[in-house]
Amino acid sequence: MKRCSTMNGLPPAQGLYDPAYEHDACGMGFVASIRGHKSHDIIQKGIQVLINLTHRGACGCDPETGDGAGILIQIPHRFFEKECASLRIKLPKPGQYAVGMTFLPVEKHQRLQCEGILESVVKEEGLKVLGWRDTPVNGDAIGRVARQSQPYIQQIFIGLPKGVQMDEDAFERKLYVVRKRAEREVRESEIEDREMFYIPSLSARTIVYKGLLLAPQIANFYGELSDPDVTSALCLVHQRFSTNTFPSWQLAHPYRYVAHNGEINTLKGNVAWMHARQSILSSPLFGDDIKKLFPIIAPGGSDSANFDNAVELLFQAGRSIPHVMAMLIPEAWSGNPHMKTSKRAFYEYHCSLMEPWDGPAAIAFTDGRVIGATLDRNGLRPGRYVVTHDGLVVAASEVGVLDVPPEKVKSKGRLQPGKMFLVDTVAGRIISDKEIKQQLASRQPYAQWLKEKQIKIEKLPEPARVHGGDHATILIRQRAFGYTDEDIRMILEPMAKQGEEPVGSMGTDTPLACLSDKPQPLFNYFKQLFAQVTNPPIDPIREEMVMSLISYIGTERNILEETADNCHTLRLEHPILTNRDLEKLRRISTGDLLATTLPALFRAADGEAGLKRALDELCRQASLAVKSGYTLLILSDRGVDKDYAPIPSLLALAAVHNLLVREETRTQVALIIESGEPREVMHFALLIGYGASSINPYLAIETFEDLAARGYLPDGISAEVAIKKFIKAINKGLLKTFSKMGISTLQSYRGAQVFEAIGLNQDLVEAYFAGTTSRLEGVGLDVLAREAQMKHEHAFRPVSEFDTELSVGGQYHFRVDGEFHLLNPLTISKLQHSVREGSFKTFQEYADLIDDQSRNLATLRSLMKIQKSDEPVPIEEVEPAKEIVKRFNTGAMSFGSISKEAHETLAIAMNRIGGKSNTGEGGEDEDRYKPDANGDWRRSAVKQVASARFGVTANYLVNAEELQIKMAQGAKPGEGGQLPGHKVDEVIARLRHSTPGVGLISPPPHHDIYSIEDLAQLIYDLKNVNPQARIAVKLVSEIGVGTVAAGVSKAHADVVLISGDSGGTGASPLSSIKHAGIPWELGLAETQQVLLLNDLRSRIKVQTDGKLMTGRDVAIAALLGAEEFGFATVPLVTMGCIMLRKCHLNTCSVGIATQDPELRAKFAGTPEHVINFFFFIAEQVRQYMAQMGFRTVDEMVGRVDMLDVQPAVDHWKARGIDLSAILYNPPVPSRVARCCVQAQDHGLQNALDHRLIQYAYPALENREPVEMSFQIRNVHRTVGAMLSGEIARRYGSEGLPDDTIRVHLKGSAGQSFGAFLAKGVTLALEGDANDYAGKGLSGGRLVISVPKKAGFAPEENIIVGNVVLYGATSGEAFFNGVAGERFAVRNSGATAVVEGVGDHGCEYMTKGVVVVLGSCGRNFAAGMSGGIAYVFDERREFTEERCNLASVDLEPVIEAEDVELVKGLVARHHELTGSKRAKAVLDNWQEMLPSFIKVFPHEFKRVLGVPRATHAYIPGQPLPHVAELEQVTHG
Amino acid sequence: MGKTTGFMEFSREMPSRRPVTERVNDWFEIYQDFPEEKLRAQGARCMDCGVPFCHSGCPVNNIIPDWNDLVYRGRWKEAVRQLHATNNFPEFTGRICPAPCEAACVLGINQPAVTIKNIEKTIVERGFAEGWIKPEPPKFRTGKKVAVVGSGPAGLAAAQQLCRAGHWVTVYEKADRIGGLLRYGIPQFKLEKRILDRRLEQMEGEGVKFVSKAHVGHSLPVSDLQEQFDAIVLAGGSEQPRDLKIPGRELKGIHFAMEYLPQQNKRCLGDTLDPAGDILANGKHVVIIGGGRYRCRLPGDCPPPKAGIGAPVRNHAHAAGGALTADSLAAVADAVAH
Repeated sequence: MKRCSTMNGLPPAQGLYDPAYEHDACGMGFVASIRGHKSHDIIQKGIQVLINLTHRGACGCDPETGDGAGILIQIPHRFFEKECASLRIKLPKPGQYAVGMTFLPVEKHQRLQCEGILESVVKEEGLKVLGWRDTPVNGDAIGRVARQSQPYIQQIFIGLPKGVQMDEDAFERKLYVVRKRAEREVRESEIEDREMFYIPSLSARTIVYKGLLLAPQIANFYGELSDPDVTSALCLVHQRFSTNTFPSWQLAHPYRYVAHNGEINTLKGNVAWMHARQSILSSPLFGDDIKKLFPIIAPGGSDSANFDNAVELLFQAGRSIPHVMAMLIPEAWSGNPHMKTSKRAFYEYHCSLMEPWDGPAAIAFTDGRVIGATLDRNGLRPGRYVVTHDGLVVAASEVGVLDVPPEKVKSKGRLQPGKMFLVDTVAGRIISDKEIKQQLASRQPYAQWLKEKQIKIEKLPEPARVHGGDHATILIRQRAFGYTDEDIRMILEPMAKQGEEPVGSMGTDTPLACLSDKPQPLFNYFKQLFAQVTNPPIDPIREEMVMSLISYIGTERNILEETADNCHTLRLEHPILTNRDLEKLRRISTGDLLATTLPALFRAADGEAGLKRALDELCRQASLAVKSGYTLLILSDRGVDKDYAPIPSLLALAAVHNLLVREETRTQVALIIESGEPREVMHFALLIGYGASSINPYLAIETFEDLAARGYLPDGISAEVAIKKFIKAINKGLLKTFSKMGISTLQSYRGAQVFEAIGLNQDLVEAYFAGTTSRLEGVGLDVLAREAQMKHEHAFRPVSEFDTELSVGGQYHFRVDGEFHLLNPLTISKLQHSVREGSFKTFQEYADLIDDQSRNLATLRSLMKIQKSDEPVPIEEVEPAKEIVKRFNTGAMSFGSISKEAHETLAIAMNRIGGKSNTGEGGEDEDRYKPDANGDWRRSAVKQVASARFGVTANYLVNAEELQIKMAQGAKPGEGGQLPGHKVDEVIARLRHSTPGVGLISPPPHHDIYSIEDLAQLIYDLKNVNPQARIAVKLVSEIGVGTVAAGVSKAHADVVLISGDSGGTGASPLSSIKHAGIPWELGLAETQQVLLLNDLRSRIKVQTDGKLMTGRDVAIAALLGAEEFGFATVPLVTMGCIMLRKCHLNTCSVGIATQDPELRAKFAGTPEHVINFFFFIAEQVRQYMAQMGFRTVDEMVGRVDMLDVQPAVDHWKARGIDLSAILYNPPVPSRVARCCVQAQDHGLQNALDHRLIQYAYPALENREPVEMSFQIRNVHRTVGAMLSGEIARRYGSEGLPDDTIRVHLKGSAGQSFGAFLAKGVTLALEGDANDYAGKGLSGGRLVISVPKKAGFAPEENIIVGNVVLYGATSGEAFFNGVAGERFAVRNSGATAVVEGVGDHGCEYMTKGVVVVLGSCGRNFAAGMSGGIAYVFDERREFTEERCNLASVDLEPVIEAEDVELVKGLVARHHELTGSKRAKAVLDNWQEMLPSFIKVFPHEFKRVLGVPRATHAYIPGQPLPHVAELEQVTHG
Repeated sequence: MGKTTGFMEFSREMPSRRPVTERVNDWFEIYQDFPEEKLRAQGARCMDCGVPFCHSGCPVNNIIPDWNDLVYRGRWKEAVRQLHATNNFPEFTGRICPAPCEAACVLGINQPAVTIKNIEKTIVERGFAEGWIKPEPPKFRTGKKVAVVGSGPAGLAAAQQLCRAGHWVTVYEKADRIGGLLRYGIPQFKLEKRILDRRLEQMEGEGVKFVSKAHVGHSLPVSDLQEQFDAIVLAGGSEQPRDLKIPGRELKGIHFAMEYLPQQNKRCLGDTLDPAGDILANGKHVVIIGGGRYRCRLPGDCPPPKAGIGAPVRNHAHAAGGALTADSLAAVADAVAH
């Protein structure tokens, strides 16, 4: 897609940059008069809201140019009437004419051409152009970059010709046709600047003012917005934070119907399916006009723009806007047994119509009459609203964006997961979610339709015959499909035993599939994408309720119609078919469903030609089958024999899928795979990701039967059990794979193609994998045919019984005849000898073995060559090694994953040489903060802040030179982790602020980072606590990482770390180690290129890691753009690691990755070993520098011109690889710096804390009590953190005596209120607060109470936002109202009282006490392993509907200790906040007490030795007698 | 892999040797039986290393971790198969290999290594005992004929592989019996010859023909082979001993091992030898130079051995292994002279 104009703004794809991967997120909101009263005041308030959301946007290299802002209002008729009169345009009555905002080329001739096209379309569609109006704009009000790309902005007025009558809806539809046609005609014209043509809005109801603006600029730029005649009853606003800084006027929000905060993860699939559906779209409302709307999804838009396109179609075709929203972003219905049947049926019906648009999303929408907002199913964006007594609604990403006096507030609420908030300005009222959904659900008899039309596989007749196993030929077939010993031993058997994917450790060091000598499955050429920063991964275990594997197969029908036939589909609970299931489908004859089987085999001897022929034939048959009316196509590779080899299943699928898409018949059939090939999670994920509806892995199934028959399965595991567990393991793995990408349903994942190919050539990709990124060329059909042949030859080579049955594999463990490993016996022993003897010569031998990969290609860098300069410098003139080693870091390995000895040895070594060691995510013992007597320092310079926030306290943060936010980890990007209870000893528990023996979970996402502006917030938080520390953000390579890095730079990080995919791990599923993420060479090069294109490189340092092993690796990394370098695996090897790959088992025999005291005693590493290694590396780097003519590393950074392609490579696969995208040097002017030359402006100067610190001086210096008062606004963020940093610096974790510093505040506090608040500080706020209040609370006290004047009931209104007390380690919090989603998530020690919480309360909590004096949302206590919660369950809904019972027991509060604790806390709550709720409970204590439920985690009970309860307590029901409480053995 | 924590629970244990008083009365192998449970515990000590140094340290690349695990799990039959995948004759290597695998064993870094060699031997012996190791003639014959010259371990392995690949194989041996070094170079108590015969029997069952006393190039012209066969494998081995050119080398009573061992093996096999060439150590002091596989138990009369007969053996400090210097050798020669 070529994009070159200045308005669309994005540069064309070049090098590794592709504009398709731009992201944005933002702040959004609306103001509306409930009764539809139009006023200018609404617009002024809207603009004010926008201004107060400024911190959610960003600006790039030009501080005056924002990423975009805009507002949508009703058409101000009075204003236009006045204006048009002066232009001699006579406007008809409101509603009888439309206004089109148009962005046009600046150049006059081209502009006229565009106008001409638009006018003629208007006429052709039977409407009339009333006239044009130049929109007065003030170019001085905006930034330099914005001005350069500013379009010519005009308004077009369109009316009806005389005598033509049209109702308002029909008029709007016609306008829709006009706009779509005009867009297309201009797009297809020859006009040079045609890309500047854009119509923000064309409607008789609404108008959009937007542009490349900062929020405060909008009123100055569009002067008319200040005209008192510009009135509206509603105003939708949006402020954008984009990852790029490229000027783009069109990508500002709002779009015509929506403003979006979030990201659609399944976009590729959604767009593809929308496109595929076009052929069957029809609507009586449009008739033939429907074709004029194509393409429905306009090319070149962002995810939000595409979403808006889909909304528009469905809305214009007759659905109400809430209906459209409920259809595109459904609630999580399948995992909610408590949802009403009719509502479930509504959702299920629509799911069989189309897949959800999945991803974090807060969407504000309007059709000009109703205005509202909705939230994704998992509540991953914030949304708050206030309703006043005088009929005003203010909704926004934050509360406090508009000052509303407390006495005027009628209610305060928040957007809830999957719920809708709607204001109908015509009816003049707020419509509750319940009412909307009820209305929608009763539109049609959905439940009955489903009952009549939907088919379930269990109900299908039993097949007469089912394929059985064939033990005689199983070995041959296993070989033909490339099974290895390892597949059986390390993948299949463990799945059969445990029902889950096997876990491994230490990353991967084998060749990329495109460089491997061994024949690979086609699957191995693909890498999974994953969510980082711009949207969160999901926890598929603890938040299972939002996940779904259900899919619907069958013909898709016209989505614009609502008929019973639309749900005539086959419902599958999961995508894996047993042989019996498949036969049922093969013989299906219910309704329209009819199946046929197409062979996917090719004649092996014919090689590439044979494969091509077979694919063509398969496609021809598929096409024919569709025409003949078959609706299920089963692509089968059964029947492999000595002549015929299987076509790689993914290739067969992709070939058919692509053909049917081209023939526009894809949605008429479901593709089912019957294949011997798929056997691990990645295989299934790929097949589904490329469009398969379901998969029958017959050979994997047979393998279990065979293992069972041979007696190789453990006792108690029959073939049936094994197969069941295998299916379970695959399904769990699939959910995990989806969730890494932030996708929650299989339906949305299907066809979403969230993969990147490494080393497949363009011909192959275009022919079969259209839309998939593959940036390095490489392997084509010939190699794939050869690989299939190799396996086939191996299969049918005559063998004796004593031959190895299968190839050894060697992907996971080193094997002599297996896959090549960089860390092999020879390299490991050479390395260890060199550092122990201090022998550079031996090190050189080691490095030669790694670097000279000419015989064993393994990495992309093995294909590169470092050039020699014509003017080398003498080595003495090159920067000394002792300077270079300061750029080295050791990787983040937690104390917990590795032993104390190993952890401290690394720290000592790095401190001695001035490099940096990294704590990892397990906290750090405070006795390491001071240097030892001998001068050594065991403190890690880098303190990691990861998703679990273990040990992250104010004191931890101030004792660091760098704070690293880990967004992802190379070995398992997009996943969390788990430290099993048996590894948590006294010390680890102390450092992680938890209880010994209690298991600890790291969530997949940071719960305070669901998007880029959230990351900016965390950076700001950390910088506040420790302004001297650099803030680093760790990312993992994948396509688009450069764009994310640009966003990170704009979010004011000081360092961005680009990790490769091969880095180590203490424990990770094998499929993640192998298949997620891409090599650092690609990610780093992309980062450098994108940062240069944006001119953002100058203000951020770039670091890289991921199996850097030699000086050559470092030199290449520097040339590709890194100025700092990380190492983890290899330093471990220098300390004695011999790659046992047993870190996850705690049995490291050399005392490194273990906590076992006996094994730890065997640790024999020393700091000297590590130091020797780093100096050897530095010495090698110096040699390369001398050779290239560089005296300093800085000179070398980003000099890709010094890299070339290794000329001698003639490998059967590698010869097609083209590295030019990696070696691309963007043509930017020399003033654009290639390395970091300036510091970020963190904007700390405006922090309220400066004043707090000033007033707190006596307390800080002399511990004298102080008291102070301030007004607070939402723009005051992270209040209290900087003060806490000051306290920690002086007094450590001890802090100050209780209540030494008392701060009284009034108003709405911004995000992260009281973050990391230290002991001795009390923040007492009268008002409310936003998200992340009390984050990382470190001993301080937070009190938030409702203003005394407020008239609303606190226990029904929201007082504090989402993710409150995240990772709090100690302290107290009292909230006089309801909190949002994820209250006290990962709490590890704070005590809190709150009057109600949203979904996922106390998630992952490990310690502390929480009292909830009101109702809870769903999934309370998910993953909670420690601490105790007490819930006041007045409504009797907690036990059965709200609590996740997987890890907790529910008990009555009867023990005196509990009663006293709860009563004391409620009393304290009343005392501090004046809570009426608390008072009411206290006043009737005896009656109320039985309503309290004690939430007691199993793990915590086990440690305390308390027996498990047999029943969950339900208030109001008779108590089980204590004697009935059975002693349950804890496992 | 064995048991994850096996190496922390079990110590290294080898089967005990038969009492010396018993051993001096015969020429049979010296290790006693080892209970299965104990052996499985030894298998459990294997750590299934990500980088198994034993496996790359093994000259035939035995996939040691895999069969250690199978033994631990009691999956003997599969272990036999796995072992044979890289090694045609584990019953030989399991007895006479110097076991560099154990020297390379990762556990050996800070604890006694896994008893790999003993496990190997036990697996294959179990295979024979259970009758799992039997002739596996190929299902198809290619019709091609191959001659293998030399019947030592290399020749036999080549013959077996070629035969199983479907070719007709004939092995030629110049000596009177098949086996080369296995037959005459390894003393009986290290490798009882019935072990060898057992394997030869299997090979014959698979269709390999053995021709002894056929000295190719001497008693049997090469041209004959070229006429009869499609291919010839030369697996003759080296018969050149490494001589020590030091003063006194010419003295009487100094022999190469391979002058002595064939005689002794023949005696054990019941052959009658020409007494003129006898090398016997009865009642003599003997010095052995070299710490390799011949350093073994010292020779006495045969057959049958009588109690108390045999030469006294003392390990010379240098002989325990490592390089001998010219000086030390001179000292040895001196000792011999006396």
